[in-house]
Amino acid sequence: MAPSTSSTVTLDINGEKHTLSVDHRTTLLDALRERLDLTGTKKGCDQGQCGACTVLVDGRRTVSCLQLAVASQEREITTVEGVAEGERLHPVQQAFLDLDGFQCGYCTPGQICSAIAVIEEHAAGWPSAVTEDVRPEAGPPPLTPEEIRERMSGNLCRCGAYVQIVQAVARAAAETRTGTEGAAA
Amino acid sequence: MREFDYRRADDVSGAVALLGADPDARYLGGGTNLVDLMKTGVERPARLVDVRTLPLDRIEPAGDGGLRVGATVTNSDLAAHPGIRHRYPALTQAVLAGASGQLRNMATVGGNLLQRTRCGYFTDVTKPCNKRAPGSGCPAVQGEHHNHAVLGASEHCVAVHPSDMGVALTAFDAVVSYESADGPGELPLADFYLPVGDTPHRETALPPGALITGVTLPPAPVAARSRYRKVRERASYAFAIGSVAAALDVSGGVVRDVRLAFGAVASRPWRAGIAERVLTGAPATAEYFAAAADAELAAARPLPDNGYKVTLMRNLVVAVLSELAEEAAR
Repeated sequence: MAPSTSSTVTLDINGEKHTLSVDHRTTLLDALRERLDLTGTKKGCDQGQCGACTVLVDGRRTVSCLQLAVASQEREITTVEGVAEGERLHPVQQAFLDLDGFQCGYCTPGQICSAIAVIEEHAAGWPSAVTEDVRPEAGPPPLTPEEIRERMSGNLCRCGAYVQIVQAVARAAAETRTGTEGAAA
Repeated sequence: MREFDYRRADDVSGAVALLGADPDARYLGGGTNLVDLMKTGVERPARLVDVRTLPLDRIEPAGDGGLRVGATVTNSDLAAHPGIRHRYPALTQAVLAGASGQLRNMATVGGNLLQRTRCGYFTDVTKPCNKRAPGSGCPAVQGEHHNHAVLGASEHCVAVHPSDMGVALTAFDAVVSYESADGPGELPLADFYLPVGDTPHRETALPPGALITGVTLPPAPVAARSRYRKVRERASYAFAIGSVAAALDVSGGVVRDVRLAFGAVASRPWRAGIAERVLTGAPATAEYFAAAADAELAAARPLPDNGYKVTLMRNLVVAVLSELAEEAAR
């Protein structure tokens, strides 16, 4: 095959397939914003340091600025536009609204996508850098404010809304737990 | 960014064939370091061979209680693995101490070992750097070097290796497996990184075009009581200014077995073999821990602005080993 600098790719975004031709240099972030008009995902540093561009790829939070679009095929991508169920906001979105988890809002889509994944990672029993005992026999750590701050540390907020962000994530996590237990009972 | 060809490899031998002997081609794993370096022009590949979807994403038993970790296992999956957390807890702690949740979901084990230094002169293409542009000089020696190497460096390069994972893997005698055009091979992590000397641009002993396929952790009962402690300039999401991976087996107040490796002090994760020899068979007390650290750090050659690292590492060794000894006494 002769070298080529562009490809036709099919991206699965929020349950919808999009086929487009991309220069290989195009990041998933730029494809979302510039080509597919999904501008909820924000470009902050474009270097993987601020978390504003966080989306979910196969359910895992990912910085879309370091993810090449051409390498994003055959993966399920969820952006902030795809986390609500119709008119019903995701519990994390509702908690950010109710508890003022933002000021200017620029980092918020990334914060929300990240928080959704943090709650799932914690529910799956993943330890963090502040977990005292990471051995499986120690059991999963409680999702304390310290745990939330550590797990959310890849999302910077220039306005400094961190206090409310931690509260919003804690409330959404508690609601998710109650919901799961309710469904199980 | 330079334009590039992109290929996705179907299998390991196909990946190696696609890369071939092309010095302008690179393997793409999670991309968290490579794509960033391509944006800044430090890396200018003409072809990327995507290896992320290769079937190297499993963690499997490797005889007598060891584990084999595939090269495309993500940092997140490595850290969360029950077997790793149970047998090598310091490895989970090291991985979780690095980067952010998002980056750990993307980054791979193979890529972690091959990530490049974050030295500000290396990442700035307008500056000289012997690692990026051989022979152009090292401004860090006279310039900004507060987070540069104190062990094993040379006048040609004083950059540090940024990996946390690699420090724990080094303490536990991990062995890197690779595939090259000449077939499969293995390199103990102790021999994986080359001495800096006057060739800082040559970083590993991997044959040209080789693809890392996995990392094997040999059985190490001592690792069940292990810790990773990282010091950084903010509480989270920053590279280390010094770190220690340690494992300790104490019985009757005497050190039976000890593993010790340092991070952020050298061009590679630094196995503190001198300290280990001093400690083995010695009383498990803070006094001996300090003497062992001093023996290891006797070779330190700090620059004007990073002498603090020698004291920092000494204190870290004493603190972490003391905690492990207390835990053993409980």
